[in-house]
Amino acid sequence: MPERRLNVRDTRSIKGKKIDKKYVLKNILKYLKPYSALLVFVFLANILSTVFSLLGPKICGLAIDAIGAEGGPDFRLIGYYSAILAGVYLLSAILLYLSTIGMGYISRGMVFRMRNDVFRTLTTLPVSFFDERQAGDIISVLSYDIDTVGESVANDIIIVLKSVVLVVGSLIMMLSIAPLLVLVFAVTIPVSVILTRFIVKRVQPLFRKRSAKLGELNGFVEEITTGQKTTKAYGCEEKIISRFEEKNRDAIDAYARAEYYGTVSGPCVGLVNNISLALVSVFGAIMFMRGVITPGDISSFVLYSRKFSGPINETANIMGEFQSAIAAAERVFRVTDEKPEKPDAEGAETLTGVRGDVDIENLSFGYVSGVPVIKDFTLHAKQGETIAIVGHTGAGKTTIINLLMRFYDPDSGVIKIDGKDISKVTRASLRRCFTMVLQDSWLFAGTVYENLVYGSDVSREEVINACKAAKIHSFITCLPQGYDTVLTDNAVNISKGQKQLLTIARAMLLDSPMLILDEATSNVDTRTEQIIQSAMRELMKGRTCFVIAHRLSTIKNADNILVMRDGNVAEQGKHAELLKAGGYYAELYNSQFESF
Amino acid sequence: MTKTLKYLKPYGVTVFWGLVLKLIGAVAELFLPMLLEYIIDDVVPRRDMNMILILGGVMLICSLVALLSNVYANRLTVRSSGNMTHDLRLELFRRTSYLKCGQVDKFGLSSLISRLTSDTYYVNQMVARTLRLGVRAPILILGGVIIAFTRDVMLACVLLACVPFVGLTIYFITKRSIPVYFSVQRKQDDMVRVTQENVSGVRVVKALSKSEYECGRFGDITKELASREFKANKIMSLSNPLATLILNIGLIAVIVVGAFRGNSMGTVLAFLSYFVIILNAMIGLSKIFVVMSRGAASAARIESVLDEDVTEEIGQYPAGDPQYKLEFRSVSFSYNGVRDNVKNINFAIKKGATLGILGATGSGKSTLVNLMLRFYDAREGEIFVDGENVRSIPSDVLRKKFGVAFQSDFLMAASVRENIDYGRGLADEDIVKAVKAAQADDFVSAVGLDYDLSQKASNLSGGQKQRLAVARALAGNPEILVLDDSSSALDYATDAALRKSLAAEYAGATKVIVAQRVSSVRHADLILVMDDGEVIGSGTHESLLRSCGEYKNIFSAQMGGEYA
Repeated sequence: MPERRLNVRDTRSIKGKKIDKKYVLKNILKYLKPYSALLVFVFLANILSTVFSLLGPKICGLAIDAIGAEGGPDFRLIGYYSAILAGVYLLSAILLYLSTIGMGYISRGMVFRMRNDVFRTLTTLPVSFFDERQAGDIISVLSYDIDTVGESVANDIIIVLKSVVLVVGSLIMMLSIAPLLVLVFAVTIPVSVILTRFIVKRVQPLFRKRSAKLGELNGFVEEITTGQKTTKAYGCEEKIISRFEEKNRDAIDAYARAEYYGTVSGPCVGLVNNISLALVSVFGAIMFMRGVITPGDISSFVLYSRKFSGPINETANIMGEFQSAIAAAERVFRVTDEKPEKPDAEGAETLTGVRGDVDIENLSFGYVSGVPVIKDFTLHAKQGETIAIVGHTGAGKTTIINLLMRFYDPDSGVIKIDGKDISKVTRASLRRCFTMVLQDSWLFAGTVYENLVYGSDVSREEVINACKAAKIHSFITCLPQGYDTVLTDNAVNISKGQKQLLTIARAMLLDSPMLILDEATSNVDTRTEQIIQSAMRELMKGRTCFVIAHRLSTIKNADNILVMRDGNVAEQGKHAELLKAGGYYAELYNSQFESF
Repeated sequence: MTKTLKYLKPYGVTVFWGLVLKLIGAVAELFLPMLLEYIIDDVVPRRDMNMILILGGVMLICSLVALLSNVYANRLTVRSSGNMTHDLRLELFRRTSYLKCGQVDKFGLSSLISRLTSDTYYVNQMVARTLRLGVRAPILILGGVIIAFTRDVMLACVLLACVPFVGLTIYFITKRSIPVYFSVQRKQDDMVRVTQENVSGVRVVKALSKSEYECGRFGDITKELASREFKANKIMSLSNPLATLILNIGLIAVIVVGAFRGNSMGTVLAFLSYFVIILNAMIGLSKIFVVMSRGAASAARIESVLDEDVTEEIGQYPAGDPQYKLEFRSVSFSYNGVRDNVKNINFAIKKGATLGILGATGSGKSTLVNLMLRFYDAREGEIFVDGENVRSIPSDVLRKKFGVAFQSDFLMAASVRENIDYGRGLADEDIVKAVKAAQADDFVSAVGLDYDLSQKASNLSGGQKQRLAVARALAGNPEILVLDDSSSALDYATDAALRKSLAAEYAGATKVIVAQRVSSVRHADLILVMDDGEVIGSGTHESLLRSCGEYKNIFSAQMGGEYA
């Protein structure tokens, strides 16, 4: 893998830039479009439900007035209003439920498609995309960001819609009951809005700091706990504990500050509501004495006023969530809009029946333009030959593999397989010609068997034979479910070396004319390596092999050894020739015999 | 849980005053509907304008009291829950730091980490939420009910009758939703896992043209995930409409019953207000239940760590032969107590000598290192350092004698200097000398001792990391230097230079070198060849070449000869 570039294009670093809201909304609408009919239904249901719930207090007021009617309560009328009330509330509840799950359905469907779209895009992206990013960034787009968008669609839209209907509706109702009393809110609502905004503004950075500090603390714990043995060995537990204590204190302080200011907003809003109640009572009482309104009016008014102030504060809170949802959506769409791997050239051939002759001519390449990693590199390998690539880390060994497999395209020069320019064949068929065993064994969470047959179509017997050859069969049979044991991160104790043997067995099952071994046995000890040598030789027989290794013993028998130094092939030739030449290779080789 | 809650005790006074203030705030809020009722029923008919204004003022005062006491109470509860979390976390970290290795193995590293991070977080949430809402909600419910009863028993009964319905609704919905949420969580983990696999294995997937297959695998998971999420959604969406409906039905009942019993309008109106207060309190309580059930589970996980006994057993054991620096006498040990990982190990080396341990992965080399540092106690046999049984030496004294570089040793996100010093307060000259000897001079002098490493030292190459770990081991001028496979990422030339400077600069130190390469150990005074937990050959390079076939095989294979 190439060195991570200094200027990493972090998927999460768009934050600072101004968000292109139009672009985001356009994309979101695209995902909502298939649900337009359902969406209309949800909106209607929600509006109706809110309207019904608004009618409630009005009818309540009428019923209360019927209690206080002259000549004792009018039971017929009370019964009548109660029945209507029950019906209205029931309908309201049903409609509310329907609109909530309707919106839930829409947002789930949307999230489902977004996840799949992002993943599908990921599979089409060039390898460079992944080399430039942390896995965590990509995962957080898929899980955290998409969830944020989904939650926002599921909840916020409905809440805002409901709030608007509630505010407008209850305002109308209150105006119809007692226009003068509404004036109370002309004072209290702005106060509560300003108060909420003020608090939110002050609190948001505090909460950000709080999560940053907690993240720091957790990162420290994760880091230090893995190094426990080292800490014990040097007996510096107390020192580490005091470092922890510092971070712990910071985290708690940030927590307390954020929480303290955060919990102020609830009581503040409560205060404003209570003040409204007090004012409404006083003025309502005065107006009643003047004979302007009835007690029933006051009660309806009180109930409406409770409905009125809630949503305004809620909407103020939701605006903040909307902002983060839009930022999250932008990160999602930036990924789906990434340019996929350059399509195969027009009329690209499918490579079939490949012998395995590889010709590399005047190849030059750099991950960053202007910083060449490989310069004017030429190599000819015949079918069945083994090419060893030797050199220090960062000398460009892995880059050659990247170019051979067309994970990257060269800046100049050509690579030919059986005389065919690989830029003129389909990538899939080209890659099928190679089998790779890499330093970091790649296994996925599945059964041992699934991992072994990944990419090949073979019988169980062949699988077992390959495992026997790779000396991993007896280990597998000792696992709780043998070949059907599920490999997970922590459940089965499987060492790095055993993982590597599994990938070697997998390579054996793939029938391709060329083989790439990138530090393929670096985690296998010498003894096991020896034991599987015959299997490795069997694997390499008749195939053109590219071998990258530290151990010179692995390389000695290669047909051609490339010694890389600073992106150039410093030397090239057979073991004996290179030793005789007395150059860099000889220096490397001799150092292992040197005595002190 | 009781043990966890003990950590709240030092802040008992703060908690107490917080709760008192909560009580005052809740009572003040309960007064408001009462005053409203009084105004409408008693004052308004009397047309007593002054009284109305006075009572209006009292309502304002009540509101202010509610605000101030709630804000101040929140401040107190936040402080006490924060401090409690701080103490609990510190104690847990301390305990974790002193856990014996066997205990660490029992819990598992990732589990210990999640106990320190997410479990303490959930306990904090539980305590904070419960202190903030857990008192307020019951007071509001209780107070609301009591006041309702003093007003009118019959109407209060109507009101009370609704409470269990709302309670049951919330209870059942919460109960049903918790397992569904867990199943959502599990699928989400699957999704993250598949993504991680595809990111790390992008070359393999592309090489084998498995993109379509992977999309299918991912699609299956997201489909299941979406359906589980929708299921959770359906359940949770019930609570709001249902609770509101029950409340509203109760409201109607109050009106009807109130009418039949000839209650005043003011009473009915006040009852409606109590209703809203009680309902909101119950919804608040339901949220606390969720937090509590999760917090209780976390508290249990934390307590199981705190319950571990970390005192070390130091006993009087017979001394060994004082002429040897390090000696193993018929040592056997097993990690899981079933099968021995090392069997009957015997060796002894003098001060300043070098011990080489050679063997395959899993042959028990690192286990020997773990035993000499007394990370674990041998099942059988004795281990002596300076002629004393390691079980009679306090482990801080024992470990001070050692300088160890472990296999893929740990480096923290701190400066190069801090990583080498590792809290020991070493002199700069010792550090510089160690850096030179460890062959780390070239890159350390390029970046400086104050260069900050990133997490997991990802800004260093494997070889650089190993050399820093070696420098750390050397910097304390240890009596015994242990290098556990810590030169595997070095090329042969650097490895040889390292050995040379060890011999020259740290001649007095007894060295234990664990390796897979023969070249790293061939000059040792004593080489142990390990195989499957047993020593199958011991001696010098020359004698082993004659006596140990396995050694000879490894040697010739690594030196580029034909494989035997």
